[in-house]
Amino acid sequence: MPEIIRKGAVVQDDWLVVRPAAEQPVNELPPGRIIVPLATWLAHAEALLARGSVGVWLAGTDDPAQIAPWLERLSLVAVDFPKFTDGRGFSIAYLLRSRFGWRGELRAIGDVLPDQVFYMQRVGFDAFAVRSDRSVATALRALKTFSDAYQGSWDNAVPAFRRADRPWPESLGQGSLKARQQA
Amino acid sequence: MYRYDTIDRTLVNERVEQYRDQLARHLSGELSEDEFRPLRLQNGLYIQRHAPMLRVAIPYGLLSATQLRMLAHIARKYDRGFGHFTTRQNIQYNWPKLEDSADILADLASVEMHAIQTSGNCVRNITSDEFAGIAPDEIVDPRPLSEILRQWSTFHPEFAFLPRKFKIAVNGAVEDRAATAFHDIGLYVLRDIEGELGVRVLVGGGMGRTPIIGHVIRDFLPWKHALTYVEAILRVYNRYGRRDNMYKARIKILVKALGPEEFTRQVEEEWVEVKDGPGTLTREELDRVSAYFPPPDYERLSDVDADHERLLVDNAAFSRWVGRSVRPHRVAGYRSVVLSLKKTGVPPGDATAEQMETVADWSERFGFGEIRVSHEQNLILSDVRVRDLHTLWLEAKAAGLATPNIGLITDIIACPGGDFCSLANAKSIPIAEAIQRRFDDLDYIHDIGELNINISGCMNSCGHHHAGHIGILGVDKDGEEWYQVSLGGADGSAAGHGRSAIGKVIGPSFKADDMPDVISKLVDTFVELRDEGERFIDAVDRLGSAPFKARVYATKHEKEALDA
Repeated sequence: MPEIIRKGAVVQDDWLVVRPAAEQPVNELPPGRIIVPLATWLAHAEALLARGSVGVWLAGTDDPAQIAPWLERLSLVAVDFPKFTDGRGFSIAYLLRSRFGWRGELRAIGDVLPDQVFYMQRVGFDAFAVRSDRSVATALRALKTFSDAYQGSWDNAVPAFRRADRPWPESLGQGSLKARQQA
Repeated sequence: MYRYDTIDRTLVNERVEQYRDQLARHLSGELSEDEFRPLRLQNGLYIQRHAPMLRVAIPYGLLSATQLRMLAHIARKYDRGFGHFTTRQNIQYNWPKLEDSADILADLASVEMHAIQTSGNCVRNITSDEFAGIAPDEIVDPRPLSEILRQWSTFHPEFAFLPRKFKIAVNGAVEDRAATAFHDIGLYVLRDIEGELGVRVLVGGGMGRTPIIGHVIRDFLPWKHALTYVEAILRVYNRYGRRDNMYKARIKILVKALGPEEFTRQVEEEWVEVKDGPGTLTREELDRVSAYFPPPDYERLSDVDADHERLLVDNAAFSRWVGRSVRPHRVAGYRSVVLSLKKTGVPPGDATAEQMETVADWSERFGFGEIRVSHEQNLILSDVRVRDLHTLWLEAKAAGLATPNIGLITDIIACPGGDFCSLANAKSIPIAEAIQRRFDDLDYIHDIGELNINISGCMNSCGHHHAGHIGILGVDKDGEEWYQVSLGGADGSAAGHGRSAIGKVIGPSFKADDMPDVISKLVDTFVELRDEGERFIDAVDRLGSAPFKARVYATKHEKEALDA
């Protein structure tokens, strides 16, 4: 069984990403837990639900608003990175989390490399199907690349500038906003 | 100027370690060149013709003396003793070793500098007015917002893999000195009639293959919404910008394809969702960052210095330099001084390690230890006392930094071109030099008056050729280097009466050897046809390009008739 990163740990995983070449009858899809493209889901939602737990993956061209009405009935949502340099998935993930309220597993699939997982985690991914020829251990380590951030995202919506303990320059004669407010 | 606090320091140091690890994995073969490329680019490292090139960020063009000394140290230790200041107010080193790149970043971090996002398809270094905080025509100091944007854009997790590079400029003065309309996002900081602070937002400007002047999509946006509005623009671009063709991937193409109205509608629709959220700027943050840019401890001086006035009368060479290089200042008795990096025979924008150290020393002796880099590729001392100008001039002459040509025909903007850059179609530096050598008579140069010649070695337009009064673009014709000439570009500054305009190509391109003659003919035409006191760009406006074309493309027969 392939290894993925889920919630900060390496785990065995049996979800299978289905990438049908063209329109494929639902009964011909492989058995087990599958993650289907958005188009397949939209065409066969009820039939797919009858199989048990189902996941849906979004391509860069997909509008996450389309999956929003179904989110309650899904076990997993994935976002595909056709190439690691294709950054659309970062915005799609952020929207799924912050705008459409998805709280279940959000998995990065496709060309997922260790050097991108830090940013992926910030925008809302909590699972990473690292490309099979790349080190999951390196990716796990990369989740801790930075210990802080300037701007808000899904992991922490509050930007650094709103933190009361950010130091103030000496010319203001106060240690921080907090100190200033207390003064 | 801005100083790092714990967060800045932590992030920059962690970035160095991240890059050191990536470099090691690349050198060990674990990271392929294709996978390493975007990572090294986002740390400023290109692989060029002869060696890697490292582009170091100089946020909004502002440097301390300590930082400039470090840039000199890096030039000497890791390079061949010089650096190249760019049209994006950055510095580039042309000969570093890949193996040294992590150490260079660590040296930079020790003086609160970095090369983060100076390349790659991400938000690049924020550029601004090189006279910020000192120019008499300033409405609002653009540096606090520039710094706030620097922090916001640094390691933004959602916008690190955009369809293409993304450039933001901020200007806060009456004169636009940041070529603001030529940026993916241009921001004019201003006040409305009630005195409320805000920004005018332009989107979709740019040079490159498809030069476009940015569209105003918000005439006045209250300042606290600046970050959320920029976020909305970038989200729309990240999702819908083209990724199938790198030549059509900039935001300007999306704005053009959708039309500015539809693009604006999409941005506004996205903005509604993030407006007033936690990304909304606070008064405290604006105050906090503004407090890093206090006016220095100016002396109370008279604006007139008798000795200086006498020297101006007695010394024509000094007076000529003052006329071009010395700029007005908002504080009486002070001036800013532009040090020309356009001496004939030196590639435009290049400075040696010794020159950088000398300029750092001057900034402390004659000012408050601050230096600026202009997009015209010159260095500026920001706060020089009028009474010190003559001493500074004497020393600047000795250091090769007092060529009295600022804004004139030999103050040429040029990219490194084919001598260094692997993207270039043609060389830029020898063309600049040939033109400078042709115009070697200072009296004549001053008589010609203000004239911007901008040279790019390829369509990427690093030399801003579209915005040059005379623009020169290197093109490849069957493996040979040719040069296309355009007329009438303007970068938004006072040199073009505040207009931003894209130059129009005058006709078929020329061989390198012909370029000095071509420029001479353009200038001759101007000199013959100009009205009293008229500038080149104004004459081009009034006359159109026809008389210039006629002269440049005259056949031999016609030429003899013209010469007769």
